[in-house]
Amino acid sequence: MGRYIIRRLLWVIVLLIIVSIVTFLIFYLLPSADPAALRAGRSPNQQLIAAIRHSLGLDKPLYVQYWRYMKGVILHFDFGYSYEYSQPVRAMIVQRLPATISLTVGAVIIWLATGLPTGIISAIRSRTLLDRTTMGGSLLAISAPVYWLGLVALYLFANDIGKVHIFDGANTYTGLTSNPGRWFGSLLLPWLVLAASFSAFYARLLRSNLIDTMSEDYIRTARAKGLPERRVIGRHAMRSAITPIVTVLGLDIGTLMGGAILVETVFNIPGVGRLAYDGIQNADLPIIQGTVLFGAFFIVIANLIVDIAYAYLDPRVRYS
Amino acid sequence: MSEPLLEVKDLRVRFHTEDGVVHAVDGISYSIEKGKTLGIVGESGSGKSVSSLTTLGLTRRFRASIDGQILFGGRDLVSMPEDQLRKIRGNDIAMIFQDPLSSLHPFYKVGKQLMEAVLIHRPVGRAAAHARAVELLELVGIPDPKTRVNQFPHEFSGGMRQRVMIAMALANEPKLLIADEPTTALDVTVQAQILALLQDLQQRLGMAIIIITHDLGVVAEISDDIAVMYAGRIVERADTESIFTRPQHPYTWGLLKSIPLLTSPRDEELVPIAGRPPSLINRPSGCFFHPRCPYVREEHKRVDPRLAPVPDSPGHSVACLLSPGVRTQIWQGLEAGRQPEELRHEYVEAPAVPAGAGVAAPGVAASGAGVASSGAAVTGVATTEVTTTDGADAGQEDES
Repeated sequence: MGRYIIRRLLWVIVLLIIVSIVTFLIFYLLPSADPAALRAGRSPNQQLIAAIRHSLGLDKPLYVQYWRYMKGVILHFDFGYSYEYSQPVRAMIVQRLPATISLTVGAVIIWLATGLPTGIISAIRSRTLLDRTTMGGSLLAISAPVYWLGLVALYLFANDIGKVHIFDGANTYTGLTSNPGRWFGSLLLPWLVLAASFSAFYARLLRSNLIDTMSEDYIRTARAKGLPERRVIGRHAMRSAITPIVTVLGLDIGTLMGGAILVETVFNIPGVGRLAYDGIQNADLPIIQGTVLFGAFFIVIANLIVDIAYAYLDPRVRYS
Repeated sequence: MSEPLLEVKDLRVRFHTEDGVVHAVDGISYSIEKGKTLGIVGESGSGKSVSSLTTLGLTRRFRASIDGQILFGGRDLVSMPEDQLRKIRGNDIAMIFQDPLSSLHPFYKVGKQLMEAVLIHRPVGRAAAHARAVELLELVGIPDPKTRVNQFPHEFSGGMRQRVMIAMALANEPKLLIADEPTTALDVTVQAQILALLQDLQQRLGMAIIIITHDLGVVAEISDDIAVMYAGRIVERADTESIFTRPQHPYTWGLLKSIPLLTSPRDEELVPIAGRPPSLINRPSGCFFHPRCPYVREEHKRVDPRLAPVPDSPGHSVACLLSPGVRTQIWQGLEAGRQPEELRHEYVEAPAVPAGAGVAAPGVAASGAGVASSGAAVTGVATTEVTTTDGADAGQEDES
């Protein structure tokens, strides 16, 4: 197991290097704008642009730029300075992290608390009207794009622009430490919007897992033992049906920790996703590189954790 | 005859599916006494598993209509409420299944699964239940039970897993053990071990066993009585010796002649049963076996035979329209190594019964209307056709 983890961690490093190269290349091959021109003011002259280009190091060959960047990352854990804000990228990401964590954790709690019970009830009452209604509704929730859902939610329920004033709208994010009540209020609508499709997806996934599991021979054995149905489902069926959910959950959390770009943008929450969005808007390569690497890191680590967790969840799985 | 432990009376199980009504079990009756072994034999889809699952109420949830009675200790399991039936499951009546790997939960240690079987029915502590789990593994012959109890099912071999299943079934010393194809998924050598174990445990614990199988070889070894099922019905029922020495139903002949027995001559050809088991949604007319029966006559396609006593073979009954004499001759022919085709020409297509030994005069066995009509047909006596499905002859089910 120890050797397995070490091998996997080495792979994480290789993977992150590949991700950084790809990001670098994409930025230069398909630039959203010329970073130097963007910073040269309204009526720039060639000299000024050249000077800015030189000061940002953009006049060096690509491999030199990449090498400089990676040297900083590997030796000093330094992700460079933002072109736009002239601040260290690492500090900017760390500063944005609490908002992203708040958004992710709250949404995870909501979608688990709603999706799992829905999935269980739908599975037990499968093919009934209740099941068909919830599964039909969940399909809608999965199909609705999250930015559209966010805008509609704001239009309907936000305190400022909404038809019915229920929730705090966009732009209201407050840090947990500065005011817990306002933190909660400002995140409620983003949580619900972000959780909607996940909740629906988890409900459907658990339902189908549970229905499959209920037809397993060992469920028949559990019933033949004389166990009450509640225990047959709660212990025997759920134990198997929940395992794939853990996998998906790990990956989803990993992805969202890298920034829920759409929700953070719609609600203007100052998280990592919003930072990435701004970075792309400003052709701010260090920010883009930083947030992409950061997101990729969370995803591969989440993958690793899920794989390790699997060895504990399913005794048949052993790594060597 | 002592009081039967379990008595099944005219059990019918129908499943309502999108394709139609599946007549999985269609009016079967049997009983088993304490400490005895009953073998139920038939192909897949003959209703043998459904009938036993119904005994434990495990078919209730599948939109099934269940009629008839299953009496256990004077109480009817068919009409019993779920919460009472649950107390019998795994306690007074236990069951083991075909595939021991898929029948054990892959994520729980075998000890935990054994303990659960004990704890659900007995007011004992976890330590006592754990000790019982070790004891049970020892009882079923698993070496080093103290270590094995902490292992997962995938760490056991197929035969050992089936031993674990048996141990789990025996957790509460049931009066009746239903073994549904207990050896089918196992190697031949392991099969023999499991059967020997079941016999040994039966003697030690005095429980009755219903063993369900498609393999006559399995029941030959351990059954006192055998019921042969086809398309949801019992088509022949007798003590084990009679089934092997004087089988009466063409389907039973088919089963016997399609398996190699150690006792049969080496050069004997195996004769497969042609065709497939019938659909239980659109069942054949007349005798359900007629589409596959080598000895079918025209009227067998219209007349539905009922289980009726076999003359001169006490406790033996069969649902076949051929006359007892013809049946005896065909079986003797088969035993002599002759092919069904030949025997068909000689005994079924021939206009008259050849004079000879063993042919009962028509009417002798006429307690069953089916027998009477076929007897009449054999002798060429024109009679009006007797259809036995209308229940007029229900009395012939009684054969005590």
